[in-house]
Amino acid sequence: MLNYIAKRLLWMIPVVFGVICIVFILSAITPGDPVDAIVGFDAPPEVKEAMREQMGFNDPIYVQFFNYFKGIVTEGDLGTSYVSGEPVVKELMRRFPTTLTLTIASVLVAIIVAIPLGLISAVKRYSWIDNASMAVALFGVSVPQFWFGLMSLLIFSVKLGWLPASGTSNFGGWVLPVAMIGIGNAGNFARITRSSMLEVIRQDYVRTARSKGQKEIVITLKHCLRNALIPIVANIGNMIGISMGGAVVAESVFSVPGVGRFMLDAINQRDWPAVQGGIVLLALSFSVIMLVMDLLYTAIDPRLKAEFKSKLKINARKRKVQEA
Amino acid sequence: MAKLYTPAMAALDRKKIKQKGRVKKSSPGREAWKRLRRNKLAIAGMIILIVLILTAIFADVIAPYGIDQQMLRNRLQKPSFTSGHLMGTDDFGRDVFSRVVYGARISLPIGLICVFLAFALGGTLGAIAAFYGGRIDNVIMRFMDIFQSIPPMLMAIAIAASLGNGVLNLVLAISISTMPARSRIVRASILTVKRNDYIESARAIGASSRRQLLKYMLPNAIGPILTSFTFSVATAILTVSSLSYIGLGISPPTPEWGCMLSASKELIRTAPYTLLFPGLMIMITVLALNLFGDGLRDALDPRLK
Repeated sequence: MLNYIAKRLLWMIPVVFGVICIVFILSAITPGDPVDAIVGFDAPPEVKEAMREQMGFNDPIYVQFFNYFKGIVTEGDLGTSYVSGEPVVKELMRRFPTTLTLTIASVLVAIIVAIPLGLISAVKRYSWIDNASMAVALFGVSVPQFWFGLMSLLIFSVKLGWLPASGTSNFGGWVLPVAMIGIGNAGNFARITRSSMLEVIRQDYVRTARSKGQKEIVITLKHCLRNALIPIVANIGNMIGISMGGAVVAESVFSVPGVGRFMLDAINQRDWPAVQGGIVLLALSFSVIMLVMDLLYTAIDPRLKAEFKSKLKINARKRKVQEA
Repeated sequence: MAKLYTPAMAALDRKKIKQKGRVKKSSPGREAWKRLRRNKLAIAGMIILIVLILTAIFADVIAPYGIDQQMLRNRLQKPSFTSGHLMGTDDFGRDVFSRVVYGARISLPIGLICVFLAFALGGTLGAIAAFYGGRIDNVIMRFMDIFQSIPPMLMAIAIAASLGNGVLNLVLAISISTMPARSRIVRASILTVKRNDYIESARAIGASSRRQLLKYMLPNAIGPILTSFTFSVATAILTVSSLSYIGLGISPPTPEWGCMLSASKELIRTAPYTLLFPGLMIMITVLALNLFGDGLRDALDPRLK
């Protein structure tokens, strides 16, 4: 177990390096002169040249990469925004909590809505409840999220006036963005729950439990659901990744001041350090979330634990044999 | 050596079949098709897809107006059967119905091409990883792991932002960002068939690696790949429209559905119907693909049914 955890932690090193590398390469292949974005397109050539020298754009590409990498790893420095002149980290940190909340909240809401839905569908297979909830789930995975956002905006804030159309200053402002990101996840989760429940229901141990007269509710929740949840838990990390992408779009639809909106504005203004910084920040936090999820997963899956324990026992026995 | 099979023998065979009555050959594909045909939802999805493809092909004939034909006197008309603007007109006086029809020419092919490319790139790598195993597998998959540590949508945004707008760049952005996931699917499906006896016998008679992979493993592993292909096209269409909506990818005045929504988002208070139809079209397309994909999965893998 410890071995696995250590391995998993060490794996973060190439991931961090890889992420920064990918983002840097993407910035390097961007057409256009970055100096134009800082001093303006029609600045005199000597000003541009001075700026280029100052920003280190004249250095060889590997020196630029090394400096960028060193900045991030040693001081958490993601560069300076071309537009505002402030450090990108400062700008991002102001917005990051919003994006993170949006992402996590949407995944939680999706789980809370979808698991009961999938469970009931599987238990009452082919009933009207099953058909209805699977229709809703199919709608969830098929509807374009931003369009669902726009339509709910139209209905709940423009027509009915129940919820604010933009911003997250109060609780109401969170409802629509979270629903928009959550709907796709909820549909996906409900479908996964149903199919994995159906697979589990047919297992022999379920039949055994039933034949010894166990209560149906205990069978469903304890024998079936606990096993059926494994593919869902394994999928939560992925869902968080998808939700992070969804958050970027949702922030644009509902004018939520988060990292995604900041990045999209930066793309329009060709403020590349800000874009780079946003992607590095989101990707690294996603990697950390994945790390935590993986560790949790090994901690809660009894089968992995059992495997580990039996290995220990075997080792202990071997040692005894050797000693004897 | 090929078995001798002359036209005369073929004629004799045909005669035999005629005498016995029509004997249909059975193959895994035919069995799957039989199962698929019984699934009403899957067939509904297929019919919608066929209609959409026909719409895309015959867009010139179906659309009453051109994509850029501006009728400034008829701006922001409400949808109605009588005025000739079935879905109304937008703020430039362009017929929304015509633009939605032409939109089918963009979203469907782009979605398909993105997934083809993603499977061509990722699938090849995944197949190689599964086939050779060991260190090659490890290197390729760890590389994919690193790639996947950037969420696909963010990756697509980053690539689209750095390459700039345009259809080709958008396709590249989506295919590259979804490549790791596709490679995993191909790798997993190849791994499930790799240990079968017929692969071993192919190796025993001296089939080359390429032949083993393409002739023996791929056809037997194609089920999950096909299913995932269908779902991937659905996701790709959603991603294309999202990226166009946030202003990366396809830019106006192209009648791409996401792009149309992006151009009309300012009209949400004055002319909300301009937002309704392009989104509905995306949803119908994706829904049809998902229905068909579900049916395909059940047909190709009857164990799950």
